[in-house]
Parts: sequence; C-alpha cells; structure tokens
Amino acid sequence: MKLRLTVNGEPRVVGDVAADESLLTVLRDALGLTGTKNACEQGECGSCSVYLDGGLVCSCLVLAGQAEGSEVVTVEGLAADHELDPVQEAFAQAGAIQCGFCTPGLVMAVHDLLRRVPDPSDGQIREALAGNLCRCTGYQKIIGAVRLAAGRVNGHHGY
Amino acid sequence: MVTTVTERARGGVGESVVRVDAAAKATGAFDYASDLRADGMLWGATLRSPHPHALIRRIDASAAAALPGVHAVLLAADVPGKRTFGLNLDDQPVLADGLVRYHGEPVALVAAETPAIAHEAATRIAVGWQPLAAVTDMEDALRPGAPQLHDFGNVLRHVHIVHGHPDSAEADVWVDGYYETGMQDQAPLGPEAGLAIPAPDGGVDLFVATQWLHVDREQIAPCLNLPAEKVRITLAGVGGAFGAREDIHMQIHACLLALRTGRPVKMSFGREESFLGHVHRHPSRIWLRHGATRDGRLVTVDARLLFDGGAYTSSSPAVLGNAATFAAGPYEVPNVRIEGTLVFTNNPPCGAMRGFGAPQVCFAHEAQMDKLAAALHVDAVELRLRHALRTGSVLPTGQVLTGSAPVRELIERCARAPMPVIQAARGRDQLDYPGATGNVTHGEGVRVGIGYAVGFKNTAFSEGFDDAATARVTLSRGAGGAGGVVAEIRTAAVEMGQGLTTVLTQIARTELGIEQVVLHTADTSMGNAGSTSASRQSMMAGGAVQMACRQIRDRLAQRARDRTRGQPLPDPVELRDGALVAGGEWVADVSGLLAEPAVETAVYHHRPTTGFDDAGQGDIHVAFTFAAQRAVVEVDTELGIARVLQVAAAIDAGKVLNPVGFEGQIEGGTAQGLGFALMEELRTENGVVRNPSFTDYLIPTFLDMPPVRTDAVEEPDPGVPYGLKGIGEAPAIVSTAAIVAALRDATGRELNRVPVTPDDLAGLCPPRATDGPPPVPDVPGQWPVPYYNDRVSAQQQLM
Repeated sequence: MKLRLTVNGEPRVVGDVAADESLLTVLRDALGLTGTKNACEQGECGSCSVYLDGGLVCSCLVLAGQAEGSEVVTVEGLAADHELDPVQEAFAQAGAIQCGFCTPGLVMAVHDLLRRVPDPSDGQIREALAGNLCRCTGYQKIIGAVRLAAGRVNGHHGY
Repeated sequence: MVTTVTERARGGVGESVVRVDAAAKATGAFDYASDLRADGMLWGATLRSPHPHALIRRIDASAAAALPGVHAVLLAADVPGKRTFGLNLDDQPVLADGLVRYHGEPVALVAAETPAIAHEAATRIAVGWQPLAAVTDMEDALRPGAPQLHDFGNVLRHVHIVHGHPDSAEADVWVDGYYETGMQDQAPLGPEAGLAIPAPDGGVDLFVATQWLHVDREQIAPCLNLPAEKVRITLAGVGGAFGAREDIHMQIHACLLALRTGRPVKMSFGREESFLGHVHRHPSRIWLRHGATRDGRLVTVDARLLFDGGAYTSSSPAVLGNAATFAAGPYEVPNVRIEGTLVFTNNPPCGAMRGFGAPQVCFAHEAQMDKLAAALHVDAVELRLRHALRTGSVLPTGQVLTGSAPVRELIERCARAPMPVIQAARGRDQLDYPGATGNVTHGEGVRVGIGYAVGFKNTAFSEGFDDAATARVTLSRGAGGAGGVVAEIRTAAVEMGQGLTTVLTQIARTELGIEQVVLHTADTSMGNAGSTSASRQSMMAGGAVQMACRQIRDRLAQRARDRTRGQPLPDPVELRDGALVAGGEWVADVSGLLAEPAVETAVYHHRPTTGFDDAGQGDIHVAFTFAAQRAVVEVDTELGIARVLQVAAAIDAGKVLNPVGFEGQIEGGTAQGLGFALMEELRTENGVVRNPSFTDYLIPTFLDMPPVRTDAVEEPDPGVPYGLKGIGEAPAIVSTAAIVAALRDATGRELNRVPVTPDDLAGLCPPRATDGPPPVPDVPGQWPVPYYNDRVSAQQQLM
C-alpha cells in the first residue's frame, strides 16, 4: 500500500508498505530516519518514541497504516539542523548519555513530559519515564538532565 | 558511514567534560551498527536451533532458496575455511555441522531482499532433528554417565589454589554457606548488528559493533579462508556491550553472505535473537567455609566454586581464573584453599559480562562476612575493617599487593555517608510503598534493612597475557592555516558508551597543551588496542595515547634544540598552552615547530603477570580496583516486594579523569548490580531459554533505581598513567552483594540465591539446599583441559 504522512513538517509518500509493517520500520528503513531506535520492537523499552499527531507513542506498536494522513515528529525534528533542543542540550551537559541508544526515545519522552508538566517532581519524572529503559546510566544523570532542561525551558520559553 | 568525531571543548584530565559524541547521540545523528545501510544491500537472517542438544539428520533448504527475493542460503558445508571459532578455544561451529549443543545455536543463513523475506525463508528450511539427552545442571555434568559435550569431557577447567595451611588451620568459630547465582544477561539496548560489503580484491569490509576489532578479525578471516589483511573491520556505533560483544555474533555470518552474493549484507538481531545470540554471565554454585578465632580473627577460608560455562568455551577459562582469585574476598586470610571448576552443559554459552567472575563470588564471600560477624558478635563493618587488604598484603595466590589499596577508607566512607530519609511505614501515599502496590497494604509489613559489601576486580588481562594497546597521535597545524594546532588520535580501542573517546581527547589536551583534538573512527588498519573489557582501556589505550603525546613532546623539543644548535633544554620540558616550555620558560610556539607534522606511534604494555603454578600461586593480576557499597532497602515482608532506597558507593579511583563520566559508570554499574540482586535472570528449562524479551527479562527502570551517592577515593596507583584505576566493573560487583545483605537485614531470611524473588522475601520459598560440593575433578593441570591436547595452538594458550 501507499502511505501519505507528514514527517518533521515535510509531506512524505511511502510506497510498498506492507500491511503488517510498523511506523518504526517505515521511519527507519523507508525514510532513513534512524534516530528512532529499535531496541525491543514490542513496546517495552521506549527507544522508538515519536510524536504521532502530537501524542507520544512507541512507533513499533503503531501499524504504518494507522499513521496515514498523520503528522509525525521524530528526534531529528525537534530542532533545526546543527541546533539542539533544550532537552537535547541538557542530556549532553548533564552526562545523561553513555551508549546513547536509549537517548532519542528518552529525549522525546522528556520533551513530552516538560510540555505537560513544566516543573516535574522527582516522582513525576520517574513515573513519566518508567517506560523508557536505559542500560548504561542508572538513570540518575537523566533525572539531572530533566531538571536542567526544566529550568531552562521555564526560564526562557514555554512548550 | 564512517563518522569522525570532532570536539573543541577545553577539558583536560580531571575535568568534567561533555562527551565528544553527545550532540550526535542526542539528535539521533549518531550511526549505530543497526542504522547502517548501503546501496544494493541485502538482509541476512539466521536459523537457530530450537533444541538444546540434537543431531541434524538432514537439512533441506530448497523451499527457502526458491522463495522470491532470496539470494543465498548457507549451511555448514558452505563455510569456505575453518568451520569453528572462539575466543579462548576455537570450539564453536560457524554453523552447526550435524549437531547442536544449545538452544539458539546457528544452523543456517539466508540473504534476501528484505528482512521479512529473509526471516520467512529461514522458517522454510526443513531440518530433520533427532533430539539427544541434554545435560543442563552443572552438577549433573560432573556425574558419571552424563552426556559429554566435547571429546575431552565436560570439565573445561579446574583451578586449585592453596595458601598457608588450610588443612590444618584451627579455628574456634566456623561458618558454612552455600550460594547460587542465576544467569544474568548484559542486555545492551543496541542489538547485535553489522554490515559486510564485498570488496573488489576478493576481501570484505565489515562495519560492526564489537569490543575488540583485531580479535574479531583473527577469528573471522580463517573461516572465510582469507588472509587477515583482506578482512577490514571498522567500528560502527556501539549501543552498549557489557561483555556481550566480546564474542563473535553476526560477524562471520554477514561476511559469508556478502562474499557468496557479491552484495552488501546487513544483519541486525531482534531482541529475542539478541538474547539467544550472545554469551551470558555464568550461573554459579559456591560453597564457603570461614573459620575464625574467638577473638575475631579470620584464619581460614575454604572455597568451592562451580561455574556453568554452557555449551562452548568463549572466555570461560579466564572467568573461572578470576572468580577463583577473588573467592576469599578483599581480606587478609592466612590459610586459604580454593577449588574452582567450570563445566560444559547444554545451556547457552556463558562468557564475559561486567565483573567477569567477581560478582558471583562477591555475593558469596560478603554473605559469609555478615554471617561470621553475627557468629562472633562483632559489628559487620568492624570485621571487614579488621581484615581489609592494604598495600603489602598477600593474596591467596601469593601475589603481593604492590599498588594502592585504600580498602579501609572505602568502607569507612560508605559507613559515614548520610542515610536517606526513611518515611514512617504507616500512613504513606500508596505510591510510596515498595512496588507502589495500590491499596493492599498500610505498611504493616514494611521493614528497613542496611547492608554492606566490599569487593575487588583486576584491571586488564591476567595470567601472563600481554594485552598491549597501540595508538598513533599526529600533531599538525591543521587545515585552513588559521594557526590552530590540531591533534589527531588513531586507535582501534572501542568506545561502547563508557566514555573512552572523551577520556582520550582529555589526555591528548593535557599532554599536548592544545584544545583541538580529532579522533578517528577505530578500524583494523590501526594497531591492535586490545579489548574494551576488563576495565582496561583508560589504562591501556589511555597509556598509549599518553606515551605517543610524550614522544611528540620529545620530538618537538629536538626540533627546538636543532634550531639552537643543540643547546640542551632545562627540565621539565612540557607542552603548555600551545607552547614548548622548558624549566618553566617559553621556548617556542608549538605551531612554529610544526612545519612538518609530528607523528608518533606508541604501544603500551602493562607489567607482566604469570599463570598459576601447581599450588595456584603466581603474580596473576596486573592491578586492582576496590569498591565498597552500603545499601539501604525497605521490604514489604508480607508481599515480598523490595525497594532500594539508597546506595552509597565508595570507589577506589586512583585518579578520576572525567568526574561526570566517572559518576555515570558508578551509577550505571550499580543499576546492573541491583538488577542482578532483584530481578535479572535469563531462565532456562531443560536448556531452553524461557524469557528472551524485555517483557519477561526485567532490567531496572526509573522506578527501581534509588539515588546513588558516589564517593571517589583518589590514591594514585604507582606505575600507571595518572595513577588511574579501571572503574567500569567494580560497582557492578559489589552492589548485588550489598543489596542482598540489606534484604537479609530487613527480612531476617537467608537469601542464598540471586536474583532474590518475592517468594524468597515473603518466606514462601526455602533457602536453596545442597548435598555439599562435588568432588574435585581429575585434571592434568591448572590450564584449561583442552590446552593439554596438542590440537590447541600456542597462540590460543596465551589467552
């Protein structure tokens, strides 16, 4: 089937999409947007998180066909080329990145958290991000990155 | 595809520096192995054995080959060169040749236009299986009549260590303990993946996520029947490793398919295949007997270790050697006997995982120290302080500790760390109870526990292995002529997330007195840097970069002297702030000395070590890192649910090179130790893996991890660059033991197996019982049994 959707602000048409294909494989394999990761492909790890019509989803759990006509934002679409979104910048500066395979999904989840809850408590951060697995950091530096990003976002501009 | 990371941040050694790859990783631009693609690329898939032990009576691949879009189907007979590979022994078939020995063993390969076609084709390969009796219990493997995994039997290695007079040691108080550990998995988030591209010269270029490029090539090339120089390997982005990528996984398979089809072939495992396709942490059974005098002196330890290596050798001999040397703990004990056995079974192969044999024995020896303290009516911290190793102490192997060993300081810092705030058990918000279980408790059964653990780990390879590291550094005026001096580092040392590349740029900045450092992507055209494992690369690759930089300094000093007709320069000669400085005085700007670039290659060797003699004595390890942790937990003793409230970690760091990265290693290692204590086990049933997914193999989440307080004790290790210590593994070794000690304190239960289950905590499952250790096997010596057969080459004996 043919799939029409908007990805990071650009209209895209993808041909030859199989009926059982996920949005994740369309993004990665057909559109070459490999920033969205594939750590478990069954909705347990959050590494494939993207915005689908403004809501955070695991793209591995979305059938490609369900995204017909939708607007998708991936980690590549959060900031202009050669720029970093405040969340991305905070991850880099807080030491929240090691191997980095979980990072794009976590950046999306934190971005989503901060636009809903601008100044989250420790408990709110942990609960909101509990669906994103990280194997390297032990999470502490990621929580630091959320606080850093929250401070900057609240100090400068709202989401 | 080949990315070069450039960074201009200012930080030198000792400063917190933003990772060189941070921006690329945060934006999704960083290319992991699973992100690679090439024009005309095919996808590879692997048919794996569903049986733990079976004969292959016949294979019919015709239906698979006939599927439209399939370009190749390969079986064992299609391997053009050597048909086996392996890290310590080449006993693992590239593709099963008539026999499989574990669930998940590769049997056939497919290359096809899409991953879906490749996987479909693999399912259409018809295999005539004849299942065989499997041996899946490590004690059964030693019994007469057990199915034999290999022609030399089921015992891969037995290590025997005697120190002092353990047979005649007299003690007033004896403490016996039996301990079991389950099979932990590294579970790196990045799947095993790589891309093989056939080359016009008949060779192959492989882009892969691995831990050691050169040892991969040593194993790949003979199987492809190619000379080593025709197998060129480039490091692709590594999504975590923790030991899982030290063994070959898809490397040989992708190369075989690429060479057969003449097309680039990508292989990328799904999560289930990842669990089946890499080695795991060895399950173990450990029997310990500690004896002390009435006045509280530990006088003897008797240790019996049994490790399950699974079906093939991997790095098991070295894991057992490590476990044996650490079995008595980081304590002075005058009389020790250690008998360590590693057996083959039809379970999945086990090999390297962070800690490499040390977490299993740490769990056991620390439980013993608590038991002994209780039996002696001595405080458990005090008992540890009394016996803690120090510089000059003698280990059970007779090795004298010559490096720094601030073990007492580590224990004291943990004990002094502020305690977490502990809420009253009653009247909490429901989400604040262990497990956030909802309205089933009002905290009646919630108990707090505190536990301590101390452990240690060797840095770099042991037992006589010379795992040198090579680096080349070029200093030049750089492109554009803007006057900026640029250093370029070329090393095959692997960055897998731990932060090595950042540390190497810090070392270059510090040694060369400049800011701009370019790091080239690791590949096999560079000299061998050894493995990124054994907490060794900061010391080894870092040492090589430091040496190369100092050679450049000497070269530039020579150039300066040549200008002044050989006038000697006063000491010290340094490169600082873009200048050559001698005796504190400016001599020349570095850029002025670089009419020609300065290029230097250095090879760093650690000090030599030896193997075990007949009594298990020897200078076995290069250097040691110690760690201590205090864990505070609370347990709902009725529901069997635990929550860790805080971990206070004190690490023997030697010198912290990058504080933010250091803390990240401690926090992350602690998380993996927490997982091993409370939830992580790859479960097998008659050799069949039951939980190869993140739904069923649980790793800690944001809700499981407590705050970790990290404290570094910086006592430089003499003879090591900057006095540093390798710190990647130590936190993962002690946190499991500390957390379980705290769980025992909270519940009063024995808890002699990890991971601890809710049934264990609630008292629904009794402690694991034993009939005592199996008899010591009859082996020809301390080395792995097959090393005494002439079919093993001298080269392999080195590993």
